[in-house]
Amino acid sequence: MKTDHFTALRDPTWHERLWSTWLLLFIFVGCLIATEFKPWILFDELSLRATRQFVASFYPPALDAEFLKLLFVSAWQTIAVATAGTTLALIFSAPLALAATRTLSISRIGNNKPAPFPGIIRNTIRGFLMVLRSIPELVWGLLFVRAIGLGDTAGVLAIALTYCGMMGKVFLEIMESQDARSSDALLNNGASRSQAFLYATLPSCLPEMVSYTVFRWECAIRSSVILGFVGAGGLGQQMDLSMKMLEGGQVVVLLVAFIALVWTADTISKQLRRWLD
Amino acid sequence: MQPKRRSVWVLLPIVALVITSFATLRGEWSGLFSTESIAKMLQLFTDFFPLETNTDFLKKVAWGTLETAAMSFLGTLLALFLALVIAVPAAGMNGYFFRGLARGLLNFLRAVPELVWASLLVIAAGLGPFPGTLALAFHTAGVLGRLIADAFENTPSEPYLALRRNGAGAITAFAYGTLPVVLPQIASYTLYRWENNIRAAAVLGVIGAGGLGQLLYYHLSLLQYRDTGTVLVAMIFLVAIVDTLSHLIRGRLAS
Repeated sequence: MKTDHFTALRDPTWHERLWSTWLLLFIFVGCLIATEFKPWILFDELSLRATRQFVASFYPPALDAEFLKLLFVSAWQTIAVATAGTTLALIFSAPLALAATRTLSISRIGNNKPAPFPGIIRNTIRGFLMVLRSIPELVWGLLFVRAIGLGDTAGVLAIALTYCGMMGKVFLEIMESQDARSSDALLNNGASRSQAFLYATLPSCLPEMVSYTVFRWECAIRSSVILGFVGAGGLGQQMDLSMKMLEGGQVVVLLVAFIALVWTADTISKQLRRWLD
Repeated sequence: MQPKRRSVWVLLPIVALVITSFATLRGEWSGLFSTESIAKMLQLFTDFFPLETNTDFLKKVAWGTLETAAMSFLGTLLALFLALVIAVPAAGMNGYFFRGLARGLLNFLRAVPELVWASLLVIAAGLGPFPGTLALAFHTAGVLGRLIADAFENTPSEPYLALRRNGAGAITAFAYGTLPVVLPQIASYTLYRWENNIRAAAVLGVIGAGGLGQLLYYHLSLLQYRDTGTVLVAMIFLVAIVDTLSHLIRGRLAS
């Protein structure tokens, strides 16, 4: 068959490309419709007026003594909720991760296959951790606010549960991805599992685990603010209130306080982690 | 300083922080683990079942799920565009002044969480999924922008310089010398953020920004627990599906 120059140079996968372009365009337009993406409503007169009024009310910022006192109290509450939540998450997740790790399985020695019953327990714990982290902390917060009432306890529990799921999973991964030769050597020579854990697994995993916990604490500060929006106290609740009352002066001060808080937590966490390495 | 003494100086404030945190919380911890509150919590969870499955409600949940997925997809896409635009000056390609300016902007975008962005934008754009999408885009742009700017700065400059020395323009050299090197990194960051954003999009509705969160908040407020249960299950499924998809795509990108 004679092919002219033009057909020879054609992209052989142009059919596929054309179809994927159409598909992506279709999804894109679908998304625009589903999200009611109408940027021009930002610029119609009504919303422009609302925005202008809100932004204008940013000045003067609320700096009276009473509000500043409230600000400090809620900032501390945010920190306390985050710290208590992370601590509880650590207390619950570390034993769970330890129980679910395969590194310290004795039945696997020799035939490289763990026994079925402990295997079931391990996988149940993994599944439990997955459920804990697949529900966002805000949803946990909403549920706890229903069950035990408004206040910081709901926030602490929400952070504790979600972070327990995340930290448990990461601790597991850290323990299973470390070099298992040292713990294997101990196990093969007759050390008990607690000995192998204390003298081989823990020393090699601890820095990474601590550093991840510190990182999580930093994230918990953010979560703690967000949880305030559903009634778990702290800066978030204050921000929600001020925004609902359109008190721009208070909103601006709260925003600055929040950014400063996150920045401080960031710096502390970075410093601590650098010190750990 | 001796290492041991240094550990004490680091550990003491941490322990103090933890203790004062627990001490100043106003919640009633004794009541938390009492039989009454545990029974209350169990009651709440059993109230979810049997899940609400009438067709009309399922249709509503399906639409909410789609809306949430669309919000996260579009939010991430917009964020990627914004991030790329800001990352170029933030990587120091237009001099130190613009680098500082762009980095500051990225830090600000990132420091304000999605939910706070959404509650600010709801004032300007009204209730609905649109402010939610914008909120996702703003926060994610901050996160992605910084990662991309760092990636640009860490890319070896030889290919770029080679093109420049042979007479290519700045834009051409950037497009053919720098961009291809960092593209896989950008793709994998973006996918990772998409996974994050699907979770965020699911909860943004709580402050009125559409999607599954709005349904959840609505039915929970009306004490319709069976409906709430269905919405929760839909949320868990959506997150699981996106996680798997993103995992698959990243696996293909890596190979």
